Amino acid sequence: MSAENEHSEDGGVETREDGGAIATSSERLVDLYRQMALIRAFEEACQKGFRQGKIGGYLHVYIGQEAVATGFLQAFEEGDRVITAYRDHAHALLLGSDPKEVMAELYGKGTGLVKGKGGSMHLFDVERGLMGGYGIVGGHIPLGVGIAYAMRYQETDHITQLYLGDGAMSQGAFHEAANLAGLWGREGQCPCLFIVENNKYGMGTSVERTTAMTDLAAKFDAYGIEHEKVDGMDVEAVVEAAERVAEQVRETGKPYAIEALTYRTAPHGAADFFENYRTKEEIEEWRERDPIGMVEHKLIENDVLDEDKLEEIRDEAKERIQEAVEFADESDEPPEEELYTDVYAGEDEYTGEA
Amino acid sequence: MAETKTYREALREAMVHELDNDESVVLMGEDIGVYGGTHLITDGLYDEYGPNRIMDVPISENGFTGAAVGMAMMGMRPVVEMMTWNFSFLAADQIIQNAAKVRYFSGGQVEVPLVIRGPNGGGVQLSAQHTHSLESFYGHFPGLKVVAPVTPNDVKGMMLTAIRDPNPVIFLEAGALYGTKGEVEEGDNAVPFGKARVAREGSDVTLIAYGRQVNLCLRAADTLSEDGFEAEVIDLRSLRPFDEDTIVESVEKTHRAVAVQEQWRWFGVASEVAAIIQDRAFDSLDAPVERVSGAEVPGPYARNLELMAFPSEKQVTNAARRVLYEEEK
Repeated sequence: MSAENEHSEDGGVETREDGGAIATSSERLVDLYRQMALIRAFEEACQKGFRQGKIGGYLHVYIGQEAVATGFLQAFEEGDRVITAYRDHAHALLLGSDPKEVMAELYGKGTGLVKGKGGSMHLFDVERGLMGGYGIVGGHIPLGVGIAYAMRYQETDHITQLYLGDGAMSQGAFHEAANLAGLWGREGQCPCLFIVENNKYGMGTSVERTTAMTDLAAKFDAYGIEHEKVDGMDVEAVVEAAERVAEQVRETGKPYAIEALTYRTAPHGAADFFENYRTKEEIEEWRERDPIGMVEHKLIENDVLDEDKLEEIRDEAKERIQEAVEFADESDEPPEEELYTDVYAGEDEYTGEA
Repeated sequence: MAETKTYREALREAMVHELDNDESVVLMGEDIGVYGGTHLITDGLYDEYGPNRIMDVPISENGFTGAAVGMAMMGMRPVVEMMTWNFSFLAADQIIQNAAKVRYFSGGQVEVPLVIRGPNGGGVQLSAQHTHSLESFYGHFPGLKVVAPVTPNDVKGMMLTAIRDPNPVIFLEAGALYGTKGEVEEGDNAVPFGKARVAREGSDVTLIAYGRQVNLCLRAADTLSEDGFEAEVIDLRSLRPFDEDTIVESVEKTHRAVAVQEQWRWFGVASEVAAIIQDRAFDSLDAPVERVSGAEVPGPYARNLELMAFPSEKQVTNAARRVLYEEEK
C-alpha cells in the first residue's frame, strides 16, 4: 500500500491527489452515500438521546468511521456472519436490521433488537448474520475465529467478517485467536476476514503509546495471515478491497486481514466531555477527510448529484431515523417476566424467584 | 446390564457414544490427540476420528475456549478439555463473559451447547497453582451449569447429558479418581442434572458432599456406624442446577446435617447448603449445620501438609458427633 493511505506522523492522513482513484458507478456511489448518511443520522440521534437521558449505559458512536463497515459489508453474502465489538450500530443497520428496533434497543425497550437485554453494546440479528456486538475489548475475537471454523466444518462456503479495533490488538485474546486462525487456515478451515478498524486510539491512548510495532497489519505476519491496508475514509477503496479479499477468503478458506485506517471524529464514549488526548486541530484535519463529505464532494464534482439532491438524501435519512426515535420513545419497557428468560436454553430454563 | 469400569473409561465411553451419534460433536484440547491426553481420557480417539474431530490446540486456553464458544453458537457441540481446571482462569473471560451470558444479552438469539471438562480439585501433591476446587467459582454465574460426578456410572451418564444440553456445562471431574472402578450401565445411561443421589441411606445424620468428598463421607459413615450412628450420605452431583429437595427431605428425617467440601470454607457450596437447610428445614433441625472445608491456605506440596489442607475422615466424623451432641474422638 502506498504511503498516501497511511496515518502520517502528525496524526493526519495525506489526501489522495486524484480524489479517489477507484472507479465506482455513479449509481452505486449514491447508494453508498445513502447508507452512510443513514448511519450518521442514526448516530447523531443517539448522541441526542443520550444527552436527553433516554439512552443509558455506554454509548459508542461510529461517526467518522462509516466508510469501513459500509464498504466491507458490500461484500457480505447471505449466510456470512459478522461479529464486532461494542461500536456496533452501523453493522446492524447495514445488515438490514430495522432502525426502529435498533433504536428501541438503545432506549431499553421491549421492542428492541435483543428485547432490551443488551443495549448499545450487544446488538444481535442472527437471522441477518450479525453474531453480536461484544463489550469486552478483544473478547469476541476467538468467537469469530470459531464461527469461521464452524462454517467449513459444516461444509458451507460462507465467511466471517470479524471487526476489531486497534486497541484490541494488545489483548492476548487477539493473539491467541489469530494464531488459531492461521493454523486452521493452513487446512482451508478458517474463512475469517479480520477487519482492523484502526481509528488511532484505544479510548484515549494512541497506537503509538500502546505498541512499539505500530504497523498493525504486519502483526498478522506472526500468525501466517496475509494482510494489507486500506484507506478507511475512502468508501470506494474499501469496497474494492472488500470484494476482492472476501472472494479470496471464500475460495481458499484461509484468513486474511485488512487494516482500515480511519478516524473517530466523535468522542470515544458519549459521556466523554474532555478529550485531552488529541487536539482540536487533529480532529478538524480528519473532518476534512470525512468519509461522507468526500463522497459528497465527488458526487458534486462529477455532476452526479447537486447540493439539493444530497440534502434530500440526508433529510430522508433523518426522517427515517426520526421515525425510529419516535418508535423507541413510544415503545414499552420489556415486560418484567423477561428478567428471567433467556438465561438458559431448553426446558429447564430458570424462572428465578419472582 | 452393568460392567465394572474405571472413571476414565466411563468418561471416554460417553464421549465416544456422542461422537458416534452426532457429527456436530468435536473434542478440543491441549495434547488430547496425538499425545493421547495428559490423563489418557482421549487416548486412541485421534486415530479413530481424525484431526477435525479430535482437535489438538495450542496452549492458549482463552483462544481455544473462545473459539469453542463461537463454534457452539453455530450449532457445533464442542467438548473442550481443560488439561486441569487450574488453567481455566486464563479462559475465564470466555467462559463467564461470553459462554454464560451471550444467550441473555442476545435476547435469546443464540445457544451455546458447549462442555468444558477436566480434572478438578487436588490430592496428588500438585501444590498451590495446580490445586483448586472451582465449583463455587463457576457455580456463581447464571448461564452456566456446573456438575461434579464422583462415580464411574455418573461420570458417563452426566457427560451424555452435558453434551446434549443446549447450555454451557462446566464438567468438574474427580481428577484424583480417574483410576477408580465402579459399575457402569451399558449404553445410554444419561443422568439428569439437578438430581442429587443418596449414596448411603441413614437415619441419624445427613452428610452432604460432591466429588471425591463423597467417598470420604462414605468412609466416615462406616466409622460412625461402628458407634451406632447411621449417617445418610448425599452426593449432590449437580451444583447448578441444585437439588434442594433431596437435602431437605433427608434433614427432615435425620434432623442433623454436615456439609463437606474440599474447597475453602468462605463463600463455598457448604455455606449454600447450610443456608438452604435453615431456610427450608429450620424446624426440623436439632443442631446447627456444620461445615467441613479445606484449610484456608494455598495448596501445599508436602504430603503431610496437603493431607492437613483437605477435609479428613476424622474432621467429618467429629463434625457429625458434634451435631449429634456426642463427644468428639
